[in-house]
Amino acid sequence: MMRRDLLRRAALGATAIACGLRSATAQTPAPDSTAADPLFRPDLVQQRAAATASDNDPVVKDLEHRLKCTCGCNLDIYTCRTTDFTCAYSPALHKEVLELRAAGRGPEDVVAAFVSKYGEQILMAPPPRGFNLAGYLVPGAAVALAGTALAVVLVRRSRRMTFVAAAASTPEAPVSASPSAEDRERLRRALSRVQD
Amino acid sequence: MTLLGQFSLWLALFTALWGAGVAFAGRWKDRPDLTATVTRSTYGLCAALLVAALCLWKGLISHDFNIEYVAQYTSRNLPDSYVFAAFWAGQKGSLLFWATILSIFGAIAQTVTSRRHEALLPYVAGVTNVVVAFFVLTMLFSANPFERLAFTPEDGRGLNPQLQNPGMTIHPPMLYLGYISITIPFAFAIASLLSKRLDTGWIHAMRKWTILSWLFLSAGITLGMWWAYVELGWGGYWAWDPVENASLLPWLTMTAFLHSVMIQEKRGMLKRWNVGLVVASFLLSIFGTFITRSGVIASVHSFTQSSVGYFFLGFLLVAGILSFALLYARWPLLEPEARLESMASREAAFLFNNLAFVGIAFSVLWGTLFPIISEAVRGTKITVGPPFFNRVNVPLGLFLVALTGIGPLIAWRKASTENLRRQFIAPVVTGLIVLTVLLAAGIRNGWALTAWALAGFVVGTVGQEFWRGVRARHRMHGESAFVALSHLISRNRRRYGGYIVHLGIITYIVAFAGNAFKITREITLSPGESAEIRSPFGHVYQLTHLGVSQYPQLNRFVSAASLAVKKDGRSAGRITSEKRQHRDSFGRNTFEPSTEVGIRSNLQEDLYVVYAGSVEGTERATYAITVNPLVMWVWIGGGILIFGGLITMWPGGQAITSRRHSEVQAGYQAPLAGVGTGA
Repeated sequence: MMRRDLLRRAALGATAIACGLRSATAQTPAPDSTAADPLFRPDLVQQRAAATASDNDPVVKDLEHRLKCTCGCNLDIYTCRTTDFTCAYSPALHKEVLELRAAGRGPEDVVAAFVSKYGEQILMAPPPRGFNLAGYLVPGAAVALAGTALAVVLVRRSRRMTFVAAAASTPEAPVSASPSAEDRERLRRALSRVQD
Repeated sequence: MTLLGQFSLWLALFTALWGAGVAFAGRWKDRPDLTATVTRSTYGLCAALLVAALCLWKGLISHDFNIEYVAQYTSRNLPDSYVFAAFWAGQKGSLLFWATILSIFGAIAQTVTSRRHEALLPYVAGVTNVVVAFFVLTMLFSANPFERLAFTPEDGRGLNPQLQNPGMTIHPPMLYLGYISITIPFAFAIASLLSKRLDTGWIHAMRKWTILSWLFLSAGITLGMWWAYVELGWGGYWAWDPVENASLLPWLTMTAFLHSVMIQEKRGMLKRWNVGLVVASFLLSIFGTFITRSGVIASVHSFTQSSVGYFFLGFLLVAGILSFALLYARWPLLEPEARLESMASREAAFLFNNLAFVGIAFSVLWGTLFPIISEAVRGTKITVGPPFFNRVNVPLGLFLVALTGIGPLIAWRKASTENLRRQFIAPVVTGLIVLTVLLAAGIRNGWALTAWALAGFVVGTVGQEFWRGVRARHRMHGESAFVALSHLISRNRRRYGGYIVHLGIITYIVAFAGNAFKITREITLSPGESAEIRSPFGHVYQLTHLGVSQYPQLNRFVSAASLAVKKDGRSAGRITSEKRQHRDSFGRNTFEPSTEVGIRSNLQEDLYVVYAGSVEGTERATYAITVNPLVMWVWIGGGILIFGGLITMWPGGQAITSRRHSEVQAGYQAPLAGVGTGA
């Protein structure tokens, strides 16, 4: 039993070393990029086209972040095609973007072409015009309005309080420049409560 | 078992209705004999729902596929932990989970609440019973978890692969606990309105519930971000999805309440506002549930559409109308006991802080609902996605960050110019130093610079508060720095725990700003082939494709693609990303293949690798690579925030027993007056 266990462990160790060597050697050379073995079960993995330079074009990426995938996922085209690899819509939309770019269309032209084809909902954020301006401006305006109203009320109240305080400080009720012993004791107690 | 579960639900419904009826009628008619039974009704309700919950768990664990819910969300080969967690994976189970937990919270509230607040308890029980009754009613008439199928399938459909993540066992329950526990502060608020006991008693009675609920929500939201990040594979953690927004809404109003309640405790002000915030938080928690379950707004998180949404909409309207009508009826009794004396006061800073919180909540709600509003007004469907939310909310968020630093620096009631100068100088200098260093480092992104400079300012504020507190203890008691720090925190848990929470929030902000420097790239590699990516921190990653392994594992078939990583020329290990094809116990494919992300994290940045797929069925693989700066600080920030929250609510420390005492304390006003600042 012990010998069998020893042999099993030795076999496992040898396998581990072999794996390590394989991974070490795999990192060094850069073999012919077309020579890749077929997968054992290719049907259980999504098939993808090889990435091209245009897939990583910053203009294309930026455009695709502005356009929504139509599969119902709520994501933009770029995020969907690089995340949900089962989605058939985002690769097709990506292809459309690439075709428009290849035809020499500028970023705004591409967006306009998508809007005319799919409607305004293809945009990840509504264009800031017309009724959509309400979407952008209402929250900020509401906060600004409430903030201004709050500031006005506070300033008025603080003025009133200053006036009341001034009226209250009559000669009959002089404010002592130095605190009394009782006040000192109260302050000491308050301080110790704060610190303790 | 389903019969027992069904019976328990009906029993729970009648117990909840009886308890609520007796609670309200007993207090109304002044019948102590009736109110005495209310507490027992909450225990009975809790017991009935626990039995129902155990029945559903029994069905799940025993693979009783004749139960529609069990067949829909589990399969024979689903790992046990996910079978257990399938309880809250679907609409029906999560409703039962909600009702059960709420009944437990309701019973605990009856048990742990101090006898000083005994007069509120019947109404508290009444309100929680009504809410539980609503959930049970919804289950019985629209989404019954014990519904049986006309036949028994050989195997269940299994759990959605994206839910098969350890986060599933903890994120949804944590978020639910947050949503659910908001009902208890709401119940206390309604109880105080009904009983006309509108002093600070109800606030003291439910203060810890509020913090608990806020902590659960904070933990739930952070865990949700983590789950999205490690499971969904898009390289981010927050997408402004309607359901994400729905979880943020009550968190924002609760946070506003946790600040404004201090003004009520210390100055007797903002009573109406505070009741309004608690009611709004409860309604927003129901609104979030409505969004998730109604299908009214498209979301990746939504449950299957069903008639449940109408129940929630009805409940939301009724609860909102009744609550605000009651608040209106008690309006004259909620007169403030003091007035604001100065713009330069902590009260004023807190008011602006509340304005910012509620403003952001409104902005998020507005953005979430704007597609519906737009369609109703213009008849045109539009999308409101991350670009919209970022544009509208980032400025408001930065305003709030600034207030986080400003608030603690200003004295209560009125601060003098000298006081302001003395308080602000160190934090402002800290913020400016951070800004200068970042500019010198070549960073030119305006939003990120503002966020980090403001973060420096807030850290300066918090550091100064700790430094002065420690120094004062050292002078007064001769304690060493460490002892003084521990005493400072342990004896002023609420205040210094709050500062630690602020540090947690600032850590989040620093991490979120890192998003501006994210790098993404798609690459296709054959085995042995390499690609290089330069990170925002200037590191060069060399990624070499090692190949794709395929093997069966548990309830799935795995295709694992691996990359050897070199960072700045030195080996940094291996990253593996997987494609998983889930299968049932008969080997049949369920769901589409899902992706498991490979992540290598450090304090600077994450290397985030997704195996996108195979090229022409070979080991040649396409990867989506993301370098995400500062992501780990999101999780660290979450930890700091929870730690601070726990300190704040930990029993003991310096209890605020009455407002009269608090007025004497008046924050830093006394010490500042003592040093002759003229404050």
